[in-house]
Amino acid sequence: MSLLQVDDLTVHFHIRRGLGKKSIDTVHAVDDISFAITEGETLALVGESGCGKSTLGRAVLQLRRPQSGKVLFDGNDLTAMRGEALRKMRRRVQLIFQDPIASLNPRRRIGDIVAEPLIIAGVKDPQKRHQMVSDVLAAVGLDPALVMGRLPHEFSGGQCQRICIARALVLNPEFIVCDEPVSALDVSIRAQILNLLEEMKTRYGLTLLFIAHDLAVVKVVSDRVAVMYLGRLCEVGPSEQLFAKPAHPYTALLIEAIPVPDPDMRPAEAIAVGEPPSPIAPPSGCRFRTRCPRADARCATEVPELRMVAAGQYAACHYPLI
Amino acid sequence: MEELLRVSDLKLQFRSMRGVVKALDGVDLVVHEREILGLVGESGCGKTITGLAILGLLQRPQAEITGGEIIYRGEDLLTKNDGEMQSLRGREISMVFQDPLASLNPVFQVGHQIETVVRIHKGVSKRESRETTRKALAEVGLPATDETLKRYPHQFSGGMRQRVCMAMALACGSPLLIADEPTTALDVTIQAQILNLLLRLREELGVAQVIITHNVGVAAQTCDRIAVMYAGTVVEEGPVVEVLSRPRHPYTTALYQCLPHGHTASELQTIPGSVPDLISPPSGCRFHPRCKHVLDVCPTVKPKPVQVGDRHWVSCFWATGEDGAALGGDDAAKSVDDAAQRAKVTS
Repeated sequence: MSLLQVDDLTVHFHIRRGLGKKSIDTVHAVDDISFAITEGETLALVGESGCGKSTLGRAVLQLRRPQSGKVLFDGNDLTAMRGEALRKMRRRVQLIFQDPIASLNPRRRIGDIVAEPLIIAGVKDPQKRHQMVSDVLAAVGLDPALVMGRLPHEFSGGQCQRICIARALVLNPEFIVCDEPVSALDVSIRAQILNLLEEMKTRYGLTLLFIAHDLAVVKVVSDRVAVMYLGRLCEVGPSEQLFAKPAHPYTALLIEAIPVPDPDMRPAEAIAVGEPPSPIAPPSGCRFRTRCPRADARCATEVPELRMVAAGQYAACHYPLI
Repeated sequence: MEELLRVSDLKLQFRSMRGVVKALDGVDLVVHEREILGLVGESGCGKTITGLAILGLLQRPQAEITGGEIIYRGEDLLTKNDGEMQSLRGREISMVFQDPLASLNPVFQVGHQIETVVRIHKGVSKRESRETTRKALAEVGLPATDETLKRYPHQFSGGMRQRVCMAMALACGSPLLIADEPTTALDVTIQAQILNLLLRLREELGVAQVIITHNVGVAAQTCDRIAVMYAGTVVEEGPVVEVLSRPRHPYTTALYQCLPHGHTASELQTIPGSVPDLISPPSGCRFHPRCKHVLDVCPTVKPKPVQVGDRHWVSCFWATGEDGAALGGDDAAKSVDDAAQRAKVTS
């Protein structure tokens, strides 16, 4: 049973030439994206900067209202919810951001930061709050007695990310969107945080949408991977299968471009030429065609739909690699 | 191969509000002609500072070099005055930085910016500098047209801006390029393009490079040798295949095992604890509080680099045996003398 289902989600940004003026251009940040996440699963959303992965994550949580499409969480359409109903629902979904230091208020103590969601959720008993905050801080590997009275600047990046994770977990949510949770961290710390997320997932029974640009990280944490390019999904499939046999040329390119820490390998030669086009005027048909070695006339006219290419693996390409 | 640059026992500290930050504590590096050396380590370990120190770009008096030497083609750069360093930068040693947008002036056309560099360093005419600029642009894979020359930095994408910075660094034909995280701000597909470009520059122009990166993958794929830094010291330096396939220093081993690539195990290896505060760094070997193999001598004596193979050095008592310990005391006294000597020379 899927915990979260996203149907034809579209988010556009309008560019205006001044306050209150008519919009002159549209950024197609997220276009017609559909996917589902099963309970207990980690779906990784990967793509290069500007492809719309963070926007998609925010649109799922209704932090940015989508133009069209539906987000069904546990059978309830979040896009139709307003006010109190949405607030109640949000207790079950949380978000962890990329920059752990910037996402903590520098003037508030850690105990207060982590207790804030409880106050919003209406946990009135201060002692109960204190207990819950202590428990969750201990769960993420921090000593509550030492930590609660201190300010964010007294902690390193990795510790701040632990605090952010504690804040996200304190309400015991079912679903967490992790937006590049480890890209600001050093490798030795990154491994600690990835292990922590995995541990928390089991302990709290979480379902994760893991947004990342680093495929090496994604390979370790995810059950399934969704690849995005210029606002559209290129490929979705089980992690191992997708890494072993990518069907979309863009996925293949991304995998090939990971710098492998193996000195016998040189950087990928057959790298796509050029750079991603602007999402203001995306190419017609398949959006990857301008950089794709397999593109022909059909790719310019016909938008490829996601089709099944192998068990559980879907690709939006007229000429898939498998 | 001829030795181009040698940094030995470089010590550097910063004065800050909280106290003296001992940022570099004995950095040893060698770069040979046409060689690409990778300088890898976690943030705050002193990679960038080392690069800036080589070019003499650190701000005095906050930053103070307290010991060691930087020998470039037989001359100690630390004894040179500002004017001499100025003429050396760009012509002999150049640098490209992590954020290409921040290293270009937003209000001048890129052609003008590159030409200015060429005119200052080579003292050539306007026309000649324009020709050199075009050649440099072509070398880094940008169209050498008037249109490119007349564009402003904001009109380029991130990858193209980094190419512009590289054209600027190479326009005067410097034999050594220091690239500080040249691909960190770029996407993976663009990163691969820039890494290929760096390799091509070595093949075609013979440019030796120091690539500063936190990404072991980037270093593995582009460098001939790598130097691994931890908390202001180079803990291991050697041929990339040697260092990555048979790491000798416990930190190199641990760092490599933290990488998510190729691990099938569900749990990633981690290094316990975190990077030390360099205002009060650990005594002896700076890695000892986090090290699995700590010996009795480690907390008290700083290990010296010991050669363990062809152009391969390791600073670790556990890896090389404790014989190095006896050296520690003498050398410490010697470096104090050195610093006194240098103070005399500079005054």
